[in-house]
Amino acid sequence: MSSMSSTIIDVSRIGFSTEVFKQFLATCNEPSWITDARRVAFETYQNLLQEDLDPEEFKRVDLRVFNAAKFRPSNEDVDTSAIDTLLSNQTEFGGAISHVNGQCTQSSVSEVIAAQGVLFGELNSLLTSHRELLEPYFMKKAVRPDSDRFSAWHAAFWTGGTLLYIPRNVEVALPLHSLIAHSRNGVAEFSHTLIILEDGARATLLEETSSASESIAGLHVGCVELIVGKNANLRYVQLQNWNQNSWHFAHQAGVVGSNASLQWTVVGLGSKLSHIHQDINLNGRAATAEVNGVTFASDRQKISYYTQQHHKAQGTHSDLLYKEVLRDEARVIWRGMIKVDPAAQQTDGYQRSDALMLSDHARCDSIPGLEIEADDVRCTHGATMGRVDQDQIFYCMSRGISRKEAMHMIVEGFFQQVYDRIPVEVVRETLSRTVQGKLGIEAVAI
Amino acid sequence: MNSVLKISDLHVSVGETPILNGVNMEIRQGEVHALMGPNGSGKSTLAYALAGHPNYTVTEGRIEIDGVNVTEMEADERARLGMFLAFQYPVVIPGVKVADFLRHAVSNVRNPERKEGEGLIGMREFRKEIRERMTALDMDHEFARRYLNDGFSGGEKKRMEILQLAMLQPRFAILDETDSGLDSDAVRVVSEGLAKLAGPQMGVLIITHHERLLEFNPPQFTHVMLGGRIVEIGDAALAHDLHANGYATVRARHPDAEAENAKVEAAAV
Repeated sequence: MSSMSSTIIDVSRIGFSTEVFKQFLATCNEPSWITDARRVAFETYQNLLQEDLDPEEFKRVDLRVFNAAKFRPSNEDVDTSAIDTLLSNQTEFGGAISHVNGQCTQSSVSEVIAAQGVLFGELNSLLTSHRELLEPYFMKKAVRPDSDRFSAWHAAFWTGGTLLYIPRNVEVALPLHSLIAHSRNGVAEFSHTLIILEDGARATLLEETSSASESIAGLHVGCVELIVGKNANLRYVQLQNWNQNSWHFAHQAGVVGSNASLQWTVVGLGSKLSHIHQDINLNGRAATAEVNGVTFASDRQKISYYTQQHHKAQGTHSDLLYKEVLRDEARVIWRGMIKVDPAAQQTDGYQRSDALMLSDHARCDSIPGLEIEADDVRCTHGATMGRVDQDQIFYCMSRGISRKEAMHMIVEGFFQQVYDRIPVEVVRETLSRTVQGKLGIEAVAI
Repeated sequence: MNSVLKISDLHVSVGETPILNGVNMEIRQGEVHALMGPNGSGKSTLAYALAGHPNYTVTEGRIEIDGVNVTEMEADERARLGMFLAFQYPVVIPGVKVADFLRHAVSNVRNPERKEGEGLIGMREFRKEIRERMTALDMDHEFARRYLNDGFSGGEKKRMEILQLAMLQPRFAILDETDSGLDSDAVRVVSEGLAKLAGPQMGVLIITHHERLLEFNPPQFTHVMLGGRIVEIGDAALAHDLHANGYATVRARHPDAEAENAKVEAAAV
């Protein structure tokens, strides 16, 4: 349906009113240039709320039961005791930061790393103290506030987040950890992740989301911006593990410079409904991006991805592999697009989504697409969807492996192909363990 | 005591189609049996039915191991009792490493009471054992890290079946045309491999069209199947004769079974 009518529609179910915005601003303690940017974004937001979402991206994403009125930004003090997460304590980190209900509860970075000129910490305060350095990046290069109502919503209400800045030619070997958590019912949280790697820099950030309990309802309207300078290498993982009462909307974009590489892993395990708009922009010559997706949807979860691999320069390379396992009445949507600009000759673009259905009542839509404007390119795409093969089950069983264990082994094997591409061991191990947990296998020490 | 696999009056259907029409056979540990017969006679059906494939329905008769009726058991329970099928067409399981697969299989077969999630056989002990077995079968140790049958050549897949046989040390091994589609080197490796493994602790049923496997593993008994029944039983000489002269005389001697066989063959076309 197109909204040609001039009547103002009631937006209280789909977004926040001027009243909510005013209340929110009253709680912000920040320089006026930041507040001014929020006001501009809020105006954009109000206009976008009157428009329909892009049907290409959203027609399969059912937002009818979403009710924004149930969620509000929180300014209550939060308990700063640590929230147990999948990745915490699993490996040595060079630094760690946690945000609960949109407030930073702890932040640390090793002295060695800080001494190299690395900035790692709370976005609000670093944006204030390093305005000249960071303002040119924040919502200007990767994600634009006016992309759609969710990016504008985020730009008006962002509640803080994680900043990682690595100076030129600095390599940080240890991974850094970032946690976004909800601990109270009804929280609307708008965390922002901004990573900037100057030319020749290297770093790894592992980020995860978590709900403190199963029952609380939460809303995350997030934004991830990954800026990778020339010859730099960034490995970024986001592990979405909300409880199944949470809504997750996010704009996530990477911008990759000449000869730089971005290895990006998106994991979707939790949420009631999640929609991620993921843009990979290959801006410099010979820029490379490897994108991995691991999704395991169960119960009545709905997990949706809209991915775009945009080749803007010559000799760029992108490789996207998404793997989805669905059970119960879960639904997964993947809409992928490879775009090649006229200037982006000798481009190599690949995208593939494989779905494994464990139930007759689950549903998966995989829609790959190409938009190619250069003539000397190699772009391939594919999507597969299938059930667990009964011959595979029988083969395992004929070796003494029970039906259930065989099923679990086959699911693990299905994900293995994408685990093999994830360059961080602790992430591979954590995913394997978490998937087993979701399959209902209790871990037992040998 | 020698274990016995006893097949009595076994009738098996696939869907609505009866394939086996009353098979009788008794295999003891330490014995080698050959099962021969023309296409459509029901050899592979017997193999799958013994292993417990869910698409092969036993409509009459029974399968017993040492008097225990296994006819209604799931495939994994049978494997834990010592049944093993070397597949004619081994299945690819992407993403599951040979070593992980076999470690689970070995743990279950050696500890039949094991439940999922319970302890596996020790890593060090297992690794040592699989390496020795691979060396004996002239296999690169790298195989243990590959995904099960994924990208394997025909010969590699069959060798993998024999490796599994070696690791699981079943009481009863059924080899369904393990020597088909292999070059002569691979047939030799598989034949020698089986000859080394099949000792007094293993009863073997070899389904084959070739001589080589039987040369290395001479059968004490040769069963000839036609129209879903065993129509003749002999020794190694019978197998040799059938290889040399084909099934024409057998078909002529058993016109009723031949008529049954023709039906199945016609349906398969």
